Amino acid sequence: MTAEVESHTVAPAPGDTWTGKFRDRVARDLPPDKLLPDRQPSYVASWIYVFGVLTIAALLVVVATGVVLTLEGPEWYHISDVGHFFNSLHFWSVQLFFIFMVVHLWGKFWMAAWRGRRAMTWITGVVSFIVSLATAFTGYLMQTNADSQWITFEAKDGLNAVGIGAWFNVTNLGQTMLLHVCTLPLVVGLIVVLHVLLVRKRGVVPPIDAFKNEPAAASNTAEVTS
Amino acid sequence: MSKTKKVDPAAAPWQGPWRKYDILKEGVIALIVVALLSVGLAGIFSSPDEKALTFQGWATSAPENFFATTVGELAGTTESAGYGPPYNEGGDGVSVGPLNMQKLMGVRIPVNPADDFVITPLSSSQQSQETVDALKAWKDASADQQAAWATAFDDAVQATADEEGVLDLTKIEKGDYGPVPVLAGALTDMATSGAYDGVLLAQDPNGFYQMDHTKQILFMGDGSYLDDFGTVQNLQGNTWGMMNETGSYPGQAWLWLYSFWYQLPVFNALDDADPASMSAQLTASADALIFYIMGLLTILLVLLPFIPGLRSIPKWIPLHKLIWRDYYRSIRG
Repeated sequence: MTAEVESHTVAPAPGDTWTGKFRDRVARDLPPDKLLPDRQPSYVASWIYVFGVLTIAALLVVVATGVVLTLEGPEWYHISDVGHFFNSLHFWSVQLFFIFMVVHLWGKFWMAAWRGRRAMTWITGVVSFIVSLATAFTGYLMQTNADSQWITFEAKDGLNAVGIGAWFNVTNLGQTMLLHVCTLPLVVGLIVVLHVLLVRKRGVVPPIDAFKNEPAAASNTAEVTS
Repeated sequence: MSKTKKVDPAAAPWQGPWRKYDILKEGVIALIVVALLSVGLAGIFSSPDEKALTFQGWATSAPENFFATTVGELAGTTESAGYGPPYNEGGDGVSVGPLNMQKLMGVRIPVNPADDFVITPLSSSQQSQETVDALKAWKDASADQQAAWATAFDDAVQATADEEGVLDLTKIEKGDYGPVPVLAGALTDMATSGAYDGVLLAQDPNGFYQMDHTKQILFMGDGSYLDDFGTVQNLQGNTWGMMNETGSYPGQAWLWLYSFWYQLPVFNALDDADPASMSAQLTASADALIFYIMGLLTILLVLLPFIPGLRSIPKWIPLHKLIWRDYYRSIRG
């Protein structure tokens, strides 16, 4: 009985529990001023930096308009002016999303933005681009119109040729629809969140040669004496 | 005594000057700008929505082609009949050297064009006595007899084509074609009436609820109707069709690199090219080869930070001097 009481009154040692370790790590890696910064290094001064946030903004519009389209089902937009307008919003916000994302990607390439232990930030960015391609592709497949008939007929050959078509059947509307409105957006969302958290954790990559003897490569290191 | 350790200077905390930044304000402004842009583009340009093609439309606008395609399904000469996995054993699929992933995965989505596209739909609805008799004759015949009838009629139908490939069914030579002409005629009538669209959809084992259109897409793709639509809409693969939408709308422009490979002559040999030529062989494997090329390039892009040479390109081509021009100017000053 006494032992039970003691076990409730004695505070656990710091980092003794999963929760404690997780909390400590979050607090260390993402303190409030890193998570929600109100200042940036002076070199963060170019229009190219806007394209990351524009991509996220476009993703939010894509998701919001997609959610509206789910309310009445995939064939609503064929028969309703309101539905068609939301389909148009979804269509154009996807186009904007990819334009912003590609510019962002090219910008980060020319900055060699993987430097300074930021390789995982680059990788999550590229993976989110790839999963976004798959998400958009399934959207084109489930238009339930002549265009989707054509795309499914053509696309099946590429996927069949490498064996994927046996498992991901582009002519199965139910499969493509569920992937498009549920699984793939969820994956994109999770990777984008991870990407943004990594950006906040590591900060914006400094200019190339901003530090003496700094190599362009991600894994290269410089010798310093402490 | 000093201790030496390796650190990456680009990972070190920034020690230079700072500038004011408001992440939430930037996010809100970006969201408003993108939302307004989307509303503007949607309001001005709308979005494409060409009505889905139907079998009724095909049989009405091109009855000869629908009829001939039906005969081809019975004869086993269509693309679907000779496709191979994942639909059937009619072909071997695409190989790249000894690797044939298509065959390795096997037949997971079974499609028997003669039965699924023609015999079962005709059998599942009320037909004339002539068609009922033809169906019975077909089902009672041996596989060899069926093939002999259908192949002979398929040849006879194709022999009516003029120089441009246009068929004239009034010129079919007489011969022993068994029930094939009646079956093809009955299916064409069924499609013309609009009944076939529903019957083909409803024959799925699940019946009432149906979301798999594999059979519809395969059958429609066997004829010229869908292909002609793709040509008119500029959607063919050898004209960057992967990136196009119907009308003048942008499609999946982000697939430009994927589409690019299909434009190369080595992956785009003409149908009448020598089958032994390298371009004809590469074209036959193009779907798999291009997928693998893109897969490899994607892996390179993902792992770029670790690839010597590639990761140094931004240093050799100093576009970063433009991006960070203020910074470089300030340190020069």
